[in-house]
Amino acid sequence: MRNLTLNSQKIFKCALIVYAVIFLAGILCAFIFGVSFDINFSGGTKISYAYTGDLETADIEKTVDGVLEQNFTVTKSTALAGDTQTFEISLIGKDALSAETQEALTTSLEEAFADNGILLYNSNSVSPTIAGTFFAKSLVAILITALLVVVYVGIRFRKIGGVSAAVTALCALVLDILISFFVCVIFRLQIDSNYIAVVLTLLGYSLNDTIVVYDRIRENERLTPDKTIDVIVNDSINAVKARNFVTTLTTFCAVMTIVVVAELFGLTTLRSFAIPMAFGLLSGCVTSLFVASPLWVVWKTRKTKKKA
Amino acid sequence: MKSKRTGKPVFFIVFVLILALAYSAFFGIENYYGDTRKVYVKGAGDIRWGIDIRGGVEAVFSPDKEDVDITDDDMDAAKAIIETRLVNKNITDYEVYTDNDNHQIIVRFPWAANESDFDAAEAVRELGETALLTFCRGEDQSDVILSGATDIDHAQAGVDQDGNYVVYLYFTNVGTGKFATATAQLVGSTISIWMDETEISAPKVNQAITDGSAYITGLGGSEEAKELADKINAGSLPFALTVDNSKLQIISPSLGSDALRVMLIAGSIAFGIVCLIMILRYRLNGVIAAIALLGQLAGTIACISGFFPNTSSFTLTVPGIAGIILSVGVGVDCNVIAAERIREEFKKGKTIDGAIDSGFKNALSAIIDGNVTIVIVSIVLIGAFGTPDNIIAKIFSPLMSLFGSSITGSIYSFGYTLLVGVIFNLIMGVLASKYMLKSISQLKVFRKPWLYGGKKNA
Repeated sequence: MRNLTLNSQKIFKCALIVYAVIFLAGILCAFIFGVSFDINFSGGTKISYAYTGDLETADIEKTVDGVLEQNFTVTKSTALAGDTQTFEISLIGKDALSAETQEALTTSLEEAFADNGILLYNSNSVSPTIAGTFFAKSLVAILITALLVVVYVGIRFRKIGGVSAAVTALCALVLDILISFFVCVIFRLQIDSNYIAVVLTLLGYSLNDTIVVYDRIRENERLTPDKTIDVIVNDSINAVKARNFVTTLTTFCAVMTIVVVAELFGLTTLRSFAIPMAFGLLSGCVTSLFVASPLWVVWKTRKTKKKA
Repeated sequence: MKSKRTGKPVFFIVFVLILALAYSAFFGIENYYGDTRKVYVKGAGDIRWGIDIRGGVEAVFSPDKEDVDITDDDMDAAKAIIETRLVNKNITDYEVYTDNDNHQIIVRFPWAANESDFDAAEAVRELGETALLTFCRGEDQSDVILSGATDIDHAQAGVDQDGNYVVYLYFTNVGTGKFATATAQLVGSTISIWMDETEISAPKVNQAITDGSAYITGLGGSEEAKELADKINAGSLPFALTVDNSKLQIISPSLGSDALRVMLIAGSIAFGIVCLIMILRYRLNGVIAAIALLGQLAGTIACISGFFPNTSSFTLTVPGIAGIILSVGVGVDCNVIAAERIREEFKKGKTIDGAIDSGFKNALSAIIDGNVTIVIVSIVLIGAFGTPDNIIAKIFSPLMSLFGSSITGSIYSFGYTLLVGVIFNLIMGVLASKYMLKSISQLKVFRKPWLYGGKKNA
């Protein structure tokens, strides 16, 4: 790695092809499996119960059917280190269950399976209106963040052309966010509030990477003004690539540790956080080195050609 | 050009300070006098865990009627009902926030201690019921004189002409008559005021009151007066509260404690891996980075646990812990940027002192610009998803009030840990690391360029 000099324009083209393939796969998966939203965004109710011994899904369905009028699904799973069995009743997109109905449900399950030690494990119920406003709020938060960070880049790098730096950085960000989104689709993860935290973090993190490259371009333009733009950019990318690789490696390892440990112990609540985050981080490293800056070169050279 | 040398002992001083911070932040400093525990410094054990870790309930209440006109006073009164009832259930460790724009009350409380069979759904339903407010003869509830729904118009906190804090009571037409009769009989004795089964005040009757308004004196301050007025108003609210139109989440304690264990294991492994990568690639710089990272982690924990006994602890959730682990990964970034720069300076043929000096100097602008973006992100996270009463949320409120109050305490926690992580990252990764490295490089044993990423035979 130390002595390898990368040709950023060549990698730029390869990267675009890789991204196109992933996006196509993502879109295809979205059409086949659909995109599933967590009840925090779509509204609905999810209740899980812990139990002991053996239970048949059909029996659970029969009991639940006696209480609820709405359509529902029941899924059994083994949670956390394999010592707790749970089943989950979910009604997605439907009217959320009232507290009374939840009580009634718990009571009738306890009566029907008295020997199985039914215990309410986790329940979450969100009305579609609340879910809708939360979704809108998340989008606004993302837009505000994107706007703020891009404006910041524009101001800080006005010496090398603030608008061009900001726009190309934004292109890189959009790719990273799309990657994390399609990873959710391909892995069939639910889009939930954790994912919003992921998107916002990626906005900051990926931009951090891009800024390190721009910072070096700014410095090299000052130190070697006689070189052409594409040479300066290529030099800068090669100068900071080690830093971007190492920081992405440490962050990626930290996040992957969460993925691996959580999966080993069956803690599924962090899946929608750690998996899109891990891939988004990798993408952030690639886009900052091989998308944002080469794109910036294209922008700049086109401008000088026009002038000439 | 040569900058002033940093003394040899500086490394050991900074190192010992970081160790001391880490020890006290993780384990706290406390003393036992018999059975009483006196806390001097709060450790990680004193952290307030979110309901997703210790189990508990998060409920968003909203009025059960949509067509009634709801004032800010009504919302305060509704909040007072919920708080009184939580205390009645022996739940004192609750969080209650009101969102007056959207008429929502967000309530979070942990699973009642030592209760395995706690019916949370029932508890939540009871919290939202209309409060039954009664005025009773004497100190018990047996003889009801007035009831809140029909007889009391409203109550208001205020100050009388002598500057004492009072609560003004205004009665309805029906209530005025009843109150006049009762006060005429009870001059010199007490009338007690009750919310459900809780006595909230027991004022003494000084004279017969016939004009439909009265006031209660002897209140300790404006806050106490406001609190009493809110509680009395709770009895005449035109609506009950329900979670059915909003949100209810119940998490059992066993799910939570497992999550905490998993996150602790993940955090320790992540810390180990990151330190290992740093030391393998950057040698002595990596060792310094590992020490700085320990300092950053300790600083973050201290900010969450509230460190000093008089400060309150921040609620830490599972995504909050994920935020800490993430900032451990990102945290070494300062050291990475600086260490890479130092390597470059060696390639240019600089000496150890020169390389370290200009390495840190050249790295600074990239470090600051990079961290500012993460600070922006964490501020938006806190502002958009935090509790409505935090400072940043107030600044954002003109934008965010359009979109309902925060129902995601877990994201708030993530934003907070990310923010304090970045701040300590700057302190430890830039300042502490620089002084430690400059000082340790003065020691003869460490005057070898390859320790800093230079050539072995240089």
